[in-house]
Amino acid sequence: MALTKEELTLLADKAYQARRDVVDITGWSGGAHIGGGLSVVDMLIILYYKYMKVDPKNPDWEDRDRLILSKGHAGVAYAPVLARKGYFDFELLKGFNKFKSPFGMHLDGNKVRGVDASTGSLGHGLPIAVGMALGARLQKKSWRTYCILGDGECNEGSVWEAAMAAAHFKLTNLVTFVDRNKLMIDGATEEIMNLEPFADKWKAFGFIVKEIDGHDFNALADAIEYAHAEKSGPVLILANTAKGKGVEFMENQVKWHYGGLDSELLESARNSLDKAYGRV
Amino acid sequence: MAEGLSWTVYDADTLTQAEIYGQVLCDLGKMRPDIVGLSADLAKSTKIGKFQDHFPDRFFNVGIAEQNLFGVAAGLAKSGLLPFVSTMAAFTAMRAAEQVRTDICYQNLNVKIIATHGGASFGQAGTTHHCTEDIAIMRSFANMTVIVPADGIETANAVKQCVDWPGPVYIRIGRGFEPRYYDNEEYGFRIGKAVELAPGTDITLICCGITVFHAMEAAKILKENDGLSVRVLNMHTIKPLDTEAVLKAVTETRRVIVFEEHNRIGGLGSAVAEVIADNGKGCAFKRVGIPDCYCEVGYPEDLYTHYKLDADGILETVREVMNMDFEEDEDWEDEV
Repeated sequence: MALTKEELTLLADKAYQARRDVVDITGWSGGAHIGGGLSVVDMLIILYYKYMKVDPKNPDWEDRDRLILSKGHAGVAYAPVLARKGYFDFELLKGFNKFKSPFGMHLDGNKVRGVDASTGSLGHGLPIAVGMALGARLQKKSWRTYCILGDGECNEGSVWEAAMAAAHFKLTNLVTFVDRNKLMIDGATEEIMNLEPFADKWKAFGFIVKEIDGHDFNALADAIEYAHAEKSGPVLILANTAKGKGVEFMENQVKWHYGGLDSELLESARNSLDKAYGRV
Repeated sequence: MAEGLSWTVYDADTLTQAEIYGQVLCDLGKMRPDIVGLSADLAKSTKIGKFQDHFPDRFFNVGIAEQNLFGVAAGLAKSGLLPFVSTMAAFTAMRAAEQVRTDICYQNLNVKIIATHGGASFGQAGTTHHCTEDIAIMRSFANMTVIVPADGIETANAVKQCVDWPGPVYIRIGRGFEPRYYDNEEYGFRIGKAVELAPGTDITLICCGITVFHAMEAAKILKENDGLSVRVLNMHTIKPLDTEAVLKAVTETRRVIVFEEHNRIGGLGSAVAEVIADNGKGCAFKRVGIPDCYCEVGYPEDLYTHYKLDADGILETVREVMNMDFEEDEDWEDEV
């Protein structure tokens, strides 16, 4: 169902806030995976503000939906989204990366409320998500598992081991995204290790693929609702995104996979976001 | 795995270690509906297939994909179930080491791993299927408990107790050629507590896995022929190690030898050496295992003989250590 005008406004507000947070945390923490953090924001926002059944006051609620951020380096985006959703005080993120902080770049599920799995080592998230989805089905639970992969991450063989299993077990209670920002640390995904024909690979492994603009909330909503309704097999939402989305000087720039921001760059990044969201 | 490689060589008069495990898991499965089983195309070889026969809905074969196997187990544990995972030790401790460490141990999940074909128990298969490194690898993972049962009976005890033991557990067993040491399960098995199988004051043999049986054979001969009082400890739990039993052996017998089916580096021998060194109390000490090489090919019995892990080899090492001169320490008794 198409999103209402009110929903679109809310999601845009939340996405703007999250991107501001990503930029700010990168500034005060000394450095973070800002590029891939900014590319995945809209997926996180629509899941937490439209689709996921969760209770931030009761993060271990048995019947909650689960999210596995397999591209765990996007913790710089995940942490503020959880904080703003009410899992913990946003002020705690002032400790991001700092000595004894619960918030490292890759979030620890045993330390951070709301994190369903400790990720960061690429290629681990989808197998865990497959296990969770199998577990839910076996226990006749209606909760869903969402998993967000990076595109570069799909170089890992374990992603495809899990993809084979998700299709084999016909896991329709699992919704998998790929944040297709087309860049990895050393360069363009297609130059470092070709992924194309990417959608066809997922199809060949038994997924139903929905390729969309990963920054378009209406497209994300359609794809997620399609996945919820699909009963024949698992759905892969191939979300085309821009690395560094929202900060003009970072967009599609390989050097902004990871970085720090001095006060000048910080100001510039904030201004760029304001402009992108029409907040000037 | 080809049928011909499974359980046909040794005509066991009783159930093999893994078969007993399969049976115990079925019994547990009846009592605990949260137990699920997983394997990676080795359900038959590891004998977890018996659980599959009884509980087909609660068993998942993920194909030949060990990284996915342990990730899926982590996810199942996260969803509130109690996964038992079985594949060969080599593919657990090495192929999927990072999944075991990061997905299971780091998250401190309740996943129980029964790794088969440990050590040189699949000797004929060659180095790819040997696993003489797993104890070193597994005990270096925080939160992990590491158990190497002496035989099938002890495997049954370990499997039963690990259900209520918190966090991840790695139980390393063989392939089915292992001699049976225990007659029944009633001998006070507790995870983390060594079992003193023979009291002794001259020397202590600390063992795990197949060396328990052989050390007891050797101890009998040493008593009868050499008049030696040999203490034998079945150190089935490598981590957490029973440091009390180790230190007691050091102070009471002053000679300690560790026998294990593992590289001399990093296994039980190293764990015992760490305790002795940390305590600052020296003793005559030796570690016997695979001497930092890839194990030869052959039937396990021949390999145990070759690496001095059978009764004859153990006798030889004990006699060697008993003949070692070590400086008398006048103050020893005061320091104890």
